[in-house]
Amino acid sequence: MTSVCFYFQVHQPYRTKKYRIFDVGNDHHYFNDKSDLDINNEKILHKVAKKCYLPMNALLLELLKKHPEFKFSFSFSGVFLDQLLEFSPETLKSFQKLVGTGQVEVLDETYYHSLAYLYSKEEFKRQVTLHREKVQKLFGVVPTAFRNTELIYNNELAKTVEEMGYKAILAEGADHLLGWRSPNFLYRSPNTTKIKTLLKNYRLSDDIAFRFSSRDWAEWPLNAEKFSGWINEVNGNGNVVNLFMDYETFGEHQWEDTGIFNFMRALPAEILKNSDNDFVTVTEAAKRYPAVGEFDAHNFVSWADIERDLSAWLSNGMQHEAINNLYAMETEVLASGDEELIEDWRKLQTSDHFYYMCTKWFADGDVHKYFNPYDTPYEAFIAFNNVLHDVRLRLKTLQLPEKKTKKKVVAKKVSKKKVSIVKKVVKKVTKKVIKKK
Amino acid sequence: MKKIRVLMFGWEFPPHNSGGLGTACYGLTKALSRRDLQVTFVLPKKIGGLEHDFLKIVFANIRNIKIREIKTLLHPYINSELYDEYLRTAPEDKVYGLNLFDEVRRYGLQARVLALEEPHDVIHAHDWLSFRAGIEAKRVSGKPLIVHVHATEFDRTGGNPNQYIYDEERRGLHAADCVIAVSQHTKNIIVEHYGIPAEKISVVHNGIDYIDHKRYLSPALHNIKTEGKKIVLFVGRITIQKGPDYFIKVAKRVLEYEPDVLFIMSGSGDMEHQIIRMASDMGLGDKVVFAGFVRGDDLMKLYRAADLYVMPSVSEPFGITALESLANGTPILVSKQSGVAEVLTHVLKSDFWDIDDMADKIVNVITSVALKETLGQLGSIDVEHVTWESAAGKCNVLYDDIVNNAH
Repeated sequence: MTSVCFYFQVHQPYRTKKYRIFDVGNDHHYFNDKSDLDINNEKILHKVAKKCYLPMNALLLELLKKHPEFKFSFSFSGVFLDQLLEFSPETLKSFQKLVGTGQVEVLDETYYHSLAYLYSKEEFKRQVTLHREKVQKLFGVVPTAFRNTELIYNNELAKTVEEMGYKAILAEGADHLLGWRSPNFLYRSPNTTKIKTLLKNYRLSDDIAFRFSSRDWAEWPLNAEKFSGWINEVNGNGNVVNLFMDYETFGEHQWEDTGIFNFMRALPAEILKNSDNDFVTVTEAAKRYPAVGEFDAHNFVSWADIERDLSAWLSNGMQHEAINNLYAMETEVLASGDEELIEDWRKLQTSDHFYYMCTKWFADGDVHKYFNPYDTPYEAFIAFNNVLHDVRLRLKTLQLPEKKTKKKVVAKKVSKKKVSIVKKVVKKVTKKVIKKK
Repeated sequence: MKKIRVLMFGWEFPPHNSGGLGTACYGLTKALSRRDLQVTFVLPKKIGGLEHDFLKIVFANIRNIKIREIKTLLHPYINSELYDEYLRTAPEDKVYGLNLFDEVRRYGLQARVLALEEPHDVIHAHDWLSFRAGIEAKRVSGKPLIVHVHATEFDRTGGNPNQYIYDEERRGLHAADCVIAVSQHTKNIIVEHYGIPAEKISVVHNGIDYIDHKRYLSPALHNIKTEGKKIVLFVGRITIQKGPDYFIKVAKRVLEYEPDVLFIMSGSGDMEHQIIRMASDMGLGDKVVFAGFVRGDDLMKLYRAADLYVMPSVSEPFGITALESLANGTPILVSKQSGVAEVLTHVLKSDFWDIDDMADKIVNVITSVALKETLGQLGSIDVEHVTWESAAGKCNVLYDDIVNNAH
């Protein structure tokens, strides 16, 4: 038996606008660009909804109805769901319809699609809780499987997530950790006992996500029959083929004219032609199949770039400086109790901000540049850095003037009281003195 | 195959140059001399200018460069008034023309004589003052002419060209068999303002030689740095093309946010007094330092001391100084209206008129160590690929093509 486990990541960050040093102290709205640029969040959301979310949701709904055996999993970032609520409720409805079929599992992640696990375990847990509540509220389900931002993973994270009660966690099927072993089985982190780790089959996943429209690829053009053939080959030497990818693959990264929608329309039927194949969601896979061995990730792995490490977000000085400054404010921001400030601070944690500052591949102009709404990593850093100045300033003004005004008010009251108290004391003392005399 | 013989009309080399053109001629000629070519370099010789000894040092052990001199009062940034002044102070000598136009003509006629004496296969002339020499040489030898545009009258005057100079440039461009532009930016200007078809123009970006930047700072600069003051640097002729007035306006805006910054302007030019007045009128007397024309080692030290080099040029055909700054490890903010912006990735770019954008970037560089270091480190790696070898290689290909087509 071979099970196909599709998981689609759905995420849009709140991109910061071109926020200049002169805006610090004057403008506290960081994410409301209204220009024609690609930092206009509303514009981007509508564009992607039109090209990807709405048509792909309609297609998947059709497939779920046609094939009751067809199943898959979604993970939505909280900031994505917020943008749906704000800009496109009809898109949210179409996602809710999909989840409503009962054939779609929703995973948990950090609400803000953040790197919080690397900087603050407490903040990480808070964001996962916020996410769980949001998913429950919008979809009426409680997630039982977890995926961390950009599939960032190590043993310690698996342990933490296990303790939080999840049955399954996702990771990249990185060659340097798997060695000769196959990603088509479930594994377990050496320090865990219950939670199972599902590994992305990056070859088959990337055949769809990256290579589908590449005419330089020997297998181009890819069709459902050919792809199902590769799935069939796993039969007998694997339990589950994990096809993990960005949902925006469909219609946004691979445009409609590449034939990606027709490919997906035909795929479930092709795969189900072989009675040894079926579809599972993440938690179902964890329930059905045993962990066959240890997946030992001392160092962090992710699904980004060829390095499969953290370097897309954390390789140059700007990225480190920005994120360190951000998390250095954690205690004070949370203590402020100012909901808007906390919300802004959290939106700044979204990993995309640091991705935009990446200089690693900048010169080659490849994917980093394609996915960068700023002209250069430097402009991305400058806008972010300026915003941080403003956040810090808001924090200070929250802390200082309130105390000052309180003190002043108190001081004034005290001064009136003081005078009367002093008068009374003076009277008492003089009386005592008089009595003694 | 026989070595291609190039008759090149160029300009004086550093340290006797007064701007980027001399630096470019020097760098390119040196790199060409390492190729399989025979170059005769024609040098307009200024009084008190280049000494023969210096040339011997520059081209020691290089046999395939031959230097020919023509006595003239011309230099790359001359205009009619300056020429008249030179003529007044020149020693009694009948060789010079009565005025600038006359001198340009005379220089061209001298070139004819020279072209007859020096056998060549191709003529290569740098900028408008030598275009006429190139045309005259072509007239006597019938060999193809390449004109190399380092700047146009539109760049130099901020869009208000002198008709005579524009006509001279236009004549040279149209007479040429092939045009070299130092950037796509310059190529666009040539197409748009001079009516030259784009396919006749090749872009050959300037380069830079390796700079050893392990020098010590002078005590004065060292003190400024140890006091924790930040330095923002301008290097260039103080003239409309280079945007010195924008530099002062940006300084004012930056100082509103970061008062502990020193703005150093190195260079001289026709707007010098105006800019000094402007700075003092705006109350920046102690914040803007005018260093005068600085060259050689002292200039390299200035680059090294600076936290950021700013080039707010209104129109900059290339901008070799920006390369020099990066080669010294100092990040740069350059005008989007510049050629150098085309060849570099790890640099900050702004429109020269966008004071707020420039100020925003400057404030961030001087307050964020990480931004400054990332730009400086990656920028200096970037600049390693912008070499005179590559420029000379492209010129060589052009020579080959044009000489073979002429046969």
